[in-house]
Amino acid sequence: MTLALKINGRAYEIASEPDTPLLYVLRNELKLKGTKLGCGLEQCGACAVLADGEVKLSCVAAADSFAGQEITTVEGISGTELGAKVQAAFIEASAAQCGYCTAGLVVAVTALLNKEPYPDRNTAKEALTPHLCRCGSHPRILRAVEIAAGRT
Amino acid sequence: MSIKSYPLISDWLAVRGDRLVVETGKVDIGQRISTALAQIVHEELTVPLSDIDMAPVRTGVSPDEGMTSGSNSVEQSGQAVRKASATLRGLLIDHAVATNGGSPHEWGLSEGRLIRKETNVSLSVAEAIGALDLSAPIDPQAASSPATAKPPKPAMRGLTEMVTGQYVFVHDLEVPGMVHARVVRPPHAMARLEGISEKSVERFADEGLELIRDGSFLAIAGPVEWQVVKAAQSFAAACDWADNGGLPEEDVFAQLKAENAQRLEVVGGVPKRGPVPEPMTGSDFSARYERPYLMHGALAPSAAMAVWSGERLDIQCHSQGIYPLRESIADSLGLALDQVVIAHRPGSGCYGHNGADDAAFEAALIAMALPEIPVLLKWTREEEHRWEPYAPAMAVNLAVTLSDAGKITGFSADAFSDTHRGRPRPGPDRAGPSRLLANRLRAEALPAPVALPNMNKHGGMHRNLDPVYAVGGKRIVKNLVAGLPLRTSALRCLGATTNIFALESLMDELAESRGQDPLAFRRAHLDDPRALAVIDRLEERMAQTPAPSEMSGRGLAYAQYKNAMTRVGVCVDIEVGELGEIVLQHAIIVADAGRVIDQDGLRAQLEGGFLQAASWAIYEEVHWDRDGITSTDWDSYPVIRFDNIPTMDIVVLDVPGVEPVGAGEASPGPAIAAIANALYNATGLRMRRLPFTADAILRHATAL
Repeated sequence: MTLALKINGRAYEIASEPDTPLLYVLRNELKLKGTKLGCGLEQCGACAVLADGEVKLSCVAAADSFAGQEITTVEGISGTELGAKVQAAFIEASAAQCGYCTAGLVVAVTALLNKEPYPDRNTAKEALTPHLCRCGSHPRILRAVEIAAGRT
Repeated sequence: MSIKSYPLISDWLAVRGDRLVVETGKVDIGQRISTALAQIVHEELTVPLSDIDMAPVRTGVSPDEGMTSGSNSVEQSGQAVRKASATLRGLLIDHAVATNGGSPHEWGLSEGRLIRKETNVSLSVAEAIGALDLSAPIDPQAASSPATAKPPKPAMRGLTEMVTGQYVFVHDLEVPGMVHARVVRPPHAMARLEGISEKSVERFADEGLELIRDGSFLAIAGPVEWQVVKAAQSFAAACDWADNGGLPEEDVFAQLKAENAQRLEVVGGVPKRGPVPEPMTGSDFSARYERPYLMHGALAPSAAMAVWSGERLDIQCHSQGIYPLRESIADSLGLALDQVVIAHRPGSGCYGHNGADDAAFEAALIAMALPEIPVLLKWTREEEHRWEPYAPAMAVNLAVTLSDAGKITGFSADAFSDTHRGRPRPGPDRAGPSRLLANRLRAEALPAPVALPNMNKHGGMHRNLDPVYAVGGKRIVKNLVAGLPLRTSALRCLGATTNIFALESLMDELAESRGQDPLAFRRAHLDDPRALAVIDRLEERMAQTPAPSEMSGRGLAYAQYKNAMTRVGVCVDIEVGELGEIVLQHAIIVADAGRVIDQDGLRAQLEGGFLQAASWAIYEEVHWDRDGITSTDWDSYPVIRFDNIPTMDIVVLDVPGVEPVGAGEASPGPAIAAIANALYNATGLRMRRLPFTADAILRHATAL
C-alpha cells in the first residue's frame, strides 16, 4: 500500500518505506532539497515545513504521520502571498550568511505571521527559538519579521 | 602573496560570452567573499554586478590561495582581483584609443561600456576584453578606482536562491547511480575495532548494502539514504571495540602550565627561538584567564561527494583549503597529485577547520572501494559534535606593573594551549595525512601528529597576545602544550578570543583599581588616531543609549585584530537573572575596516561575530568522560538561540583612502571581554573562566 501525501498543492503517491522521516522523502524521492537536515533530532529547525499552516519538523516524524495534511515546503511557500512576502523580507534584510538555516526560518516566520500578523519582538524571538543559526543572522531575521509584518 | 604566485590578469579574470568571470582561490563560506570580489571588479570595470560570474573554486584551475582563513581574503584575493581589474582598465582604454581614436584621457568607463567623452562613441567592456590578450602581467601599482561617496551595498550573491530553497549545498548533490554513505564510528578516539558482527554483514549483503572496512574505519553505503542511516546506527552497536583505556579524564586546565610546554618568547607578535625571559617579579596585579575546548558546531554536519574512475578521484567538498587537502589526500592514497581533483561546494558556515576535510577524505576512501560509483557521504549530528577538531582549551596568565597615576609600566603574558593548527596541510613527517581523522583508524594507521609551534606573526595561540596598548616593557611567552586529551585545530580567531578576553578584562580591572573610567584608561594607553576615533564614537553611542537599569550591567572592550586589521569597540548591556542566567539586552559595535567594499556584508560579519562569541561566552564548552565525548547534540552542547539575541547598533567608520582589511574575526574577542566586564558591572563577580553559564555564575557567587 502506498502512502498519499499532499505537498505544495500537489498529490503524491509515496514509494518510500512508511517509516521514512518526511525529510528523506522530500529530499530523495521528490527532489525537494530546500528542506535541510541539521540534526535529525528535532533540535535545530533546519528541516521545518508547514503542515496545515503550522511549523512541523520533518527530520524524525515518519512520512505517514503527515497523511491528510497540507504540507508546504520552502519551495512551495513562494506560491503563497504571505510566503512570498516573507522571502522578499529576508532578501531586503539580507537575513542569511551561509544560508543553511534559512529555509527552516522562512517557513517558521511564515507560520508565525500566519498566526500572529503583527508579532512584537519578544513574540518573534520566542517563536523562532527552536531554530538555530550559527552564523549570527538572528538580528536580520528578526528584522525580516518586522518587514514582512509591515512594521517598518 | 596572491599576485606574486598568479601574476597575470588571466589568472583572475576571463570573459565567457558576454559575461565577465572572476577566478579566486578563496571559498565563500557565508562570509560573502564572492559578493565582495564581484563588487571590486565592478568598481574597477563598471560592469554591472548582474553580468559578473564567480567561477567555481576547484584545483587545477583556480589560483591556489592556500586556506580561506584568518580574515585574509579581502587583502589577498581582493587585492589581486582589484589590481588585475585596474590593470585591465588601462589596457581597455589603450584598446579604445587604438581602435576608435582619441587620447587616453578622453576615454572613461561607465556601466560596462567604454565611452569617449563628449561623443556618442562607446563600446562594450566585455566585447573589448574579448579582443585583448589577458595573459598580460598585473601592474601592482595600477591605481584603484576612487571609493564612492557612500559605502557600496551590493546585493548578497546567492541570497535569493537561499530563501527559495534553490541554493545547492554539497548535501544536495545528486547524480545518477550515486549511493549514500555513513561512517560507523568507534565510541571514542582511543577505541579500535576488535570484531564485527558477521550476522550484520550477511544482512547488509542481503539488503544490497556495501560495507567498507579499512582497519577500524568502517562505512556503509547503499542507494536508499534512510536505509543506510538505520544500518549504520544498528551496526555501530553490533561491533566490538577495544577501549584502550578510554579518553583521559584529566583536568585540562591543570595541564596548561610551563612545565608541560614548549616555550617561545613572542616579540612584536612573532615567536623567537631561544631562551625564554624569566617571569615578572614584583607585579602590581596578576590574573589567569581560561577558556575550555569549544566546537565549531556547524549547523550542517560535514559532507562530501567523491567518485573514483579507476584513474581519477573527483571530490566535491566544503573544505577551506582544497589545494592543501588535495596534497594530503593524494599522499594518503598513493595517488599522483593530478589524479585528484577537488571542487569546493558550499557547506554550512564552518568558522574554521571543522569536519569538512575529514569528510572529504572519508568519501574518497569509500569511493575508492566502489569504483565508478559516486558516493555522497554525510556525517551525522553526533559525529560532527564528537569528531570535529575542537578549538583547544586555553589559559592566559597576565601580570603588570602599574604606576600610581594609572599607567601600565611593565607587562607580562603567558599563553598556554594545544595547537590551533590541525588542518591537513602538507608538512614534515606526513603531517597532512596524519591530520586526517580516518588515517588514524585505517589498517596502516598513522600516529597523531606532533604539534609544532606556529611561528607566524600573530599566528596561533599568540594572536593578539601582544597588547595594542603602550604598556612599557613587554615579556610575552607562548606555551605549546601538546598531548592533551582532544584533537584540536583552528576556530575563528584562534588565540585572539582568549587573549582579548584576558587583556580587555585586565584593562577594566586595572582601570577600576585606579578609580578610572574604563574608556579613559584605554585612551591613556593608545596613540593610534584610528583607535581613538573608534573609542570616541563608541563613547558617543553609549551616551545616546539609555543607561542600563539597576539589575543590569554595562561592559566594553576594544581590540584591533592581529594589531593590524579591523579595529573594533564593543559595548554591551546585560541583565543577570535570578537563576544566574545572562540576558543580553543591547550591543554597540563600532568598527574601522578601512575602505568599505560591501557595507552590509561587513556589518553582518561584525554582528555574527558578536553573537557567536556571545554563545562561546555564555553557553559553550565541550565535555567528555572516559567513554567518549558527552557533548553529542544541541541539548548537551547548548548554543545561543533567538531568546537571547540583543538589539544591536552597528557603526562602520568608512575610511575610503585606506586599503580594506578583513573583518570576519574582528568582533568576537572584544565581544567576550565586554560581556565579562558587563557581568562584573552587574554583579561584582569577576569571572575569569569561560563560559559564564548560569551554573558557573551561581557557583562563583556562592564561593565568594
